[in-house]
Amino acid sequence: MPRSLKKGPFVQDSLLAKIRQMNERNERRVVKTWSRASTITPEFVGHTLAVHNGNKFIPVYLTEQMVGHKLGEFAPTRTFRGHGGKLVDKRAKAR
Amino acid sequence: MARIAGVDLPREKRAEIGLTYIFGIGRTTSKKILGEAGVNPDTRVHALSEDDVNRIRRVIDATYRVEGALRSEISRNIKRLMDIGSYRGLRHRRGLPVRGQRTHTNARTKKGPRRAIAGKKKPGKK
Repeated sequence: MPRSLKKGPFVQDSLLAKIRQMNERNERRVVKTWSRASTITPEFVGHTLAVHNGNKFIPVYLTEQMVGHKLGEFAPTRTFRGHGGKLVDKRAKAR
Repeated sequence: MARIAGVDLPREKRAEIGLTYIFGIGRTTSKKILGEAGVNPDTRVHALSEDDVNRIRRVIDATYRVEGALRSEISRNIKRLMDIGSYRGLRHRRGLPVRGQRTHTNARTKKGPRRAIAGKKKPGKK
């Protein structure tokens, strides 16, 4: 079920404050954030945010197309290194 | 001959069912369209008058996106997800389920037929 329209999109207050401040001063700075659940609003466009993926901060450049998505969607939390197959064969041969 | 949105409708079926042969139209939309056009959903497709068909055609053209236009919209949406590098886009790229389903087992619709894994022992009867 989608979020109630009455409430508007969720953006962490502190993050929104920082973005507004940056917009006012016309500066572009990479801001670290843990708030993966924050929705990208039009104010975010053009900024780069470092979104935490549980391990590292992934720099995400926000474009107009991303508006309406959440920050976490752009910082994958899992690394898939593939199953068995050739890689395993190579490793076995090297030994 | 009823030909709507580039699709030939089956002649012997009821209009309500016949319309569902068009991509993008199911039972619900079909009923709405026929109501709008003032056609009885129980009339057989071959019994529709030229006039009926034209009215149906107009309603569809005015309000719904069907067939090619719908297909291209869908692939455009998917492409957008892939281009912005979102998680959903990544899942589409890999051909894995997009909406958080498990992939340990199942997910065969998306992943296609099982591929044998080399060197994996089959747990089975002795």
